[in-house]
Amino acid sequence: MTARTLVVYAHPTPHRSRINRKMVGAARGVPGVRVQDLYETYPDFYIDVAREQRLVLDADLLVFLHPIRWYSVPSLLKEWYDVVLESGWAYGKDGNALHGKRFWLAVSTGSPAEAYRPGGLHGRYFEDFLVPFEQTAALCGMEWLPPCVFHDATYASDEAVDSHVAAFVNRLKDYANP
Amino acid sequence: MPPAVEHSLLPNALVYLAAAVAAVPIASRLGLGAVLGYLLAGMAIGPWGLSLVSDVQDILHFSEFGVVLLLFVIGLELEPERLRSLRRPIFGWGSAQVLGVTAALFAAAFMAGIDWKVALIAALGMSLSSTAIALTILQERNLLQTPTGQTGFAILLFQDIAAIPMIAAVPVLGVAATEGSGQGWFGALKAAAVILGLVIGGRYLVRPALRIIAKTGMREIFTAFALLLVISIALLMQSVGMSMALGAFLAGVLLADSEYRHALETDLEPFKGLLLGLFFIAVGMSVDFGVFLGRPWLILALVTGFLAIKIAVLYGLAKSCGIPRSQQALFAFILSQGGEFAFVVFAAAAAAKVYTAEIASILVVVAALSMVVTPLLLLLHDKAFVPLFRNRQKRAADAIDSNDGHVIIAGFGRFGQIVGRLLYANRVPLTVLDQDPDQIELLRRFGFKVFYGDATRIDLLHAAGAAKARALVLAIDDIEDSLALVDAVRRDFPDLPILARARNVTHYYQLMDHGVTVIERETFESALQLGRQVLCELGFGAYRARQAALKFRVHNKTTLLAVYPFYKDQQQYLSMAKRARDELNEMFARDAKASENDPEKNWD
Repeated sequence: MTARTLVVYAHPTPHRSRINRKMVGAARGVPGVRVQDLYETYPDFYIDVAREQRLVLDADLLVFLHPIRWYSVPSLLKEWYDVVLESGWAYGKDGNALHGKRFWLAVSTGSPAEAYRPGGLHGRYFEDFLVPFEQTAALCGMEWLPPCVFHDATYASDEAVDSHVAAFVNRLKDYANP
Repeated sequence: MPPAVEHSLLPNALVYLAAAVAAVPIASRLGLGAVLGYLLAGMAIGPWGLSLVSDVQDILHFSEFGVVLLLFVIGLELEPERLRSLRRPIFGWGSAQVLGVTAALFAAAFMAGIDWKVALIAALGMSLSSTAIALTILQERNLLQTPTGQTGFAILLFQDIAAIPMIAAVPVLGVAATEGSGQGWFGALKAAAVILGLVIGGRYLVRPALRIIAKTGMREIFTAFALLLVISIALLMQSVGMSMALGAFLAGVLLADSEYRHALETDLEPFKGLLLGLFFIAVGMSVDFGVFLGRPWLILALVTGFLAIKIAVLYGLAKSCGIPRSQQALFAFILSQGGEFAFVVFAAAAAAKVYTAEIASILVVVAALSMVVTPLLLLLHDKAFVPLFRNRQKRAADAIDSNDGHVIIAGFGRFGQIVGRLLYANRVPLTVLDQDPDQIELLRRFGFKVFYGDATRIDLLHAAGAAKARALVLAIDDIEDSLALVDAVRRDFPDLPILARARNVTHYYQLMDHGVTVIERETFESALQLGRQVLCELGFGAYRARQAALKFRVHNKTTLLAVYPFYKDQQQYLSMAKRARDELNEMFARDAKASENDPEKNWD
């Protein structure tokens, strides 16, 4: 069985990670899942576009696994969006390579969920910050799956981390092998 | 050469050199141009001046070799494909010029009541221009790549070809006995065989010979071979009745895409310049003032009438062959004079008794005077015509050089090659200089344009077009050569940016001493890359290893510059370097500690 799920993993400092490192490790054990570790593959930020597009074409589920940085993605993943999702391929005229594929966000934040509300540290609900992701999926004609979010990564207990990883893997198995 | 010349070689050389050294700088300073300077010097020392030299015809003949060298060098700059693209101008404009001027001159002379044979020979001879004068002026004014220069050059080339049947046909008009007519076919066959031999020999004999001689590393032998090559080709061509200059030109074209092109050019340049100067001096000496003083008004009228007619035809030609308006008069002036072939044609006609010796000497004086007038006409042009067009000069960016904006790479070994291939892949025009014949041979097989030569010789840089280069990549191995080249380039081409390879840190500092700002140590970056991979091997993530290497890189460069003022003082240098090393270790330790203690940095 070829991998039909691609996990695009982006973490600039994996050696210091608490949650993402465990999630990606668990994902590697799921049948039919292929992990592409961007910071490991392209440390110099020079992305092999043709190769990435092939990987994307081979999958019907794309999982973006990364910490939220400054309300957005780590910089190498932004570069990945910029160069891989080309006009005429991912969107625009004849750009239908991603049509019908599913888009699943699996992200973590440092602040507790309460920080994401009007009057809180971040001033808005967390969902508000997901608008660019949703619209990216929409423009490419992809199906948006409910994101998998882990808040308060800084002070969460080890138990909370472990149960989140387990929940993530279960959903991944369901999506990957329906 | 007759013995008389040989015996008086040194005294003669003294006279010529002294005259040239005295007259040319004065003429240049007065804005008259070098050509006029030489001509005046010739008049001064000739039979009608101080009468220091008597064997004028021998000198004229000998110095014509300057024209041969000139055409060889020009041939070197013209690759066969470019020559092919000049076919139309050469045969189209060239034949238009020769036929047009001949017809106009003949008609004028015939109507003035001159015998038709004399009129025809005068018209034919005077339709040709002086390659030496015209090309020297085109080069002096940097016009060779403009439409004016290209058209002028094409016409001059056609004249060289046209002169051959002209000289052959003249005796037919005369009363003297002509040779057997079977000679014509056989001669043409011989000429064709020689040209074929030249094309094949140029490719399969001369190139390997040049390579072998270059390998010996003896410069004077290389120069000797270059001269030998041109002289033997010239004599070969002459022996089958072809123009020596044309043969040399052909040989030059055949070597134009050779790696030794620049070296040949550089080595022949001084000979070419001196012999051309000698040629102009000889022309100046050959102006027979005796004939002139005998019938001054007639000769002045002939010169004026001739120039007026030829300039008018040339001006009309310039209008119809796409020369910009501002240069049409200049074009006509540059080609207006009678040429060295006129002397030959007139001499042949006199020998065949087409006309009397007196008419011959009048024609020669007219031709020589028209040559003297050319620089004066240019002076007039600069003073009177140029101001007329000055307001429109802004769009006169006609000069396009095929290698404009190129990058010169000096030293094409393991280092220079990588730089060169990167640039080549990005379509940057390159001129590569290297002095290892084996290396050059190998690279040329891969399709690189590589030239042989010692890059530290500034004349080679001139020949390689450093004046029009955008940058010089200094990638040669030898540290002393590298520094010498920096000094030479900064003196002669102060605006040319230098990007240098440093062999080691001391060389780096020396390059800084000599004013270079863009320098790369030859092993630093690759060692850093390998270091990165070692970190990966030890379990660092690829990105973490990269960040660590970049951090080290920045620190190292900062230290390198900070230590620079002390590098000559060993003691102080060592203590500075040690302090920098401690700082670096501290910096990395601090980073590691900070991330351990701060949970905010370890959340995700």
